[in-house]
Amino acid sequence: MPERTIVVWCPDWPVTAAGKAAGCRPDAPIAVLEGGRVWACSYAAREDGVRRGLKTRDAQARCPDLVTLPYDPVLDARAFEPVVTAVEALTPGVEVVQPGLCALKARGPSRYYGGEAAAAAALIEHLETLGVLDCRVGIADGLFAAEQAARVWPKQSGSRIHAVPVGGSANFLAPLPIDVLERPELADLLRRLGLRTLGAFAELSGTDVLTRLGTDGARAHRLARGADDRPVVARRPPPNHTREVDFEPSADRVDQVAFAVRGPADGFVADLAEQGLVCVAVRVEVSAESGEVRCRTWSHPRWFDAADVVDRVRWQLQGIGGNDGGLASAVVRVRLFPEEVDAIGTHADGLWGGAPDERVHRAMSRVQSNLGHDAVVSAVVGGGRGSADRQTLVPWGDRPIPRWSGDLPWPGSLPPPAPTTVYATPLPAEVVAADGEPVRVSGRGVVLGEPARFCPDGRHRLRPVAAWAGPWPVEERWWDESAERRLARFQIVGTGGDAWLLTVENGRWWTEARYD
Amino acid sequence: MRQALETRQVGRALETLPALAGVLPGGGVRAGASYAVEGSTALVMALLAGPSAAGAWSGVVGMPAFGAEAAAGFGVDLDRLVLVPEPGREWLGVVATLVDALTVVVAAPPSTVSAAEASRLEARIRRRGAVLITVGRSWPRCEARLRVGENSWDGLGSGHGHLVARRVTVTVTGRGTAARPHRTRLWLPDPAGRVRSAEPVRQYDEGWRHEVAS
Repeated sequence: MPERTIVVWCPDWPVTAAGKAAGCRPDAPIAVLEGGRVWACSYAAREDGVRRGLKTRDAQARCPDLVTLPYDPVLDARAFEPVVTAVEALTPGVEVVQPGLCALKARGPSRYYGGEAAAAAALIEHLETLGVLDCRVGIADGLFAAEQAARVWPKQSGSRIHAVPVGGSANFLAPLPIDVLERPELADLLRRLGLRTLGAFAELSGTDVLTRLGTDGARAHRLARGADDRPVVARRPPPNHTREVDFEPSADRVDQVAFAVRGPADGFVADLAEQGLVCVAVRVEVSAESGEVRCRTWSHPRWFDAADVVDRVRWQLQGIGGNDGGLASAVVRVRLFPEEVDAIGTHADGLWGGAPDERVHRAMSRVQSNLGHDAVVSAVVGGGRGSADRQTLVPWGDRPIPRWSGDLPWPGSLPPPAPTTVYATPLPAEVVAADGEPVRVSGRGVVLGEPARFCPDGRHRLRPVAAWAGPWPVEERWWDESAERRLARFQIVGTGGDAWLLTVENGRWWTEARYD
Repeated sequence: MRQALETRQVGRALETLPALAGVLPGGGVRAGASYAVEGSTALVMALLAGPSAAGAWSGVVGMPAFGAEAAAGFGVDLDRLVLVPEPGREWLGVVATLVDALTVVVAAPPSTVSAAEASRLEARIRRRGAVLITVGRSWPRCEARLRVGENSWDGLGSGHGHLVARRVTVTVTGRGTAARPHRTRLWLPDPAGRVRSAEPVRQYDEGWRHEVAS
């Protein structure tokens, strides 16, 4: 006999989670996309005809002001965590089936609250205080039936609780379509056999199903019969290492916040150390008085100690406000989450102090806390056509990932050697032909006029060209009007033996780099 | 104990590219010394490449236009390279901190560094056994001054080809016994992207003499 189970379901959870993170209104038409197709959509979007599995372009055609957000399973699970914690606060033994759906045994809470419906009502009320406005509760024998009860019911009645009577799971499931089993291949086969509902499937004999469809088919058959005997497996609540600092009244200066965070940061690191862990990536969430929440993950090449955590909080605040120590909006709360942890043993110091790398790291951190996070960088070379595109500067401590992949072919890029001086912002330059007219490149990549004299920095007089080559024409991102670029690169050597890399874009010359 | 372990041997020559080792006084880049390079970022990278490829950490201060890809091409290990592109007014403090931790520090000094500050930094470099390579403006005292004079590029025609290799004349002026300027020709880089000597080969020279004698 399956166990009585309560299932709490938050419809369109990916939409709720992503919309909240992106700061959308809850009633906006939102679609969460995965692999170019709609993964989930909000009620407003569904009203306009957007459906799961629709192509992005079709969805946008049906609902022109659709807000599209990428699907992020991690964000999904993270956003559901407070909901699970809230349910756990009322009754222990909660199983998270998937983000947006959790199950618990009905026996305990129904005794405590004096009935299943009363327990469900208490759950809904508690979640409402947390801001989870749309949640439904299904109660039935077995997890599968309870889940279906939560999903199916509310279309007919106003109530958000749907209780299937004891022993009534099979009758309740019988009219449901075969697709709710979420086994597309099996559903396809059964439909071709003329079995369109769970009830029709359930009427087959168990042994026949087992011999014909295997163990997975037999399990689906048990679900369809309402004989789901899988018990609810309660999760063990994870140890809470999050730290929170509330400001009452709100703090409007960076140093004020940094000072107040020091104590909790100490506790944050000590807490993890007690478990034999060190934090290698920390997420800092800053809530402002204006209601805005800024979130950023900081990684560390080794591991965070308390001072490092305080530094990250300070940098994040400095990034939000001005450099004068004031903040755009006063801070009401700072939260620290350990995003990635590692065993302490892998990071222990040796007997004679750490590796030389550790000393380097300390020195760099000191410079960083003096000049700011972005002031100390390491370089990584990736792909791209321009010299500046090919190298990415990553703040010290962050993971060095190039902006563009170096594995791809980059037609139009220059052969080695690479220029030794790469200007972050190109310098205005001038290149003229023998008759004094500026050299141009036609739309078909033909050079009009031979470079005779040039001036690479826009300040000095024109000098004669000793040798030149080009153009290396580049047409980048022509599909995106705002990022589209059409330019041609030239290598020019002056009579003094100085070599330059110049570009011409829209008839204007720029010096991109120098071979000095 | 830790202090003793950290202090590197002063005066010892670090790993240097063979083409440059013969040119520098003392047979290579020496720990605790400072060098001044004028007129070429490529030469700075070539100086940096030897110690960096051998596993030393290096830093570059005040050069926002440092071409990392070219540096990697010369053999600089980007995993052990730290850049501080805009140190601003903290230049001296940043260089001093880097000198304590890194083996080779490249720095473009601003005009505001006084002689007293410079000599204090020199003392720190000597004590730590680090190497300072200054770029651009003249640095008061240094082990050797390297200047790139003539510069000729191969591979580029008028409207065809691309830059392939270049030969430069490097003038090295040392201190004391090495004070006489020494000129040498280098491939910087050669068609294969390496740095090597572009002086005429000695064996050919001797063979030619032998021919004349017979």
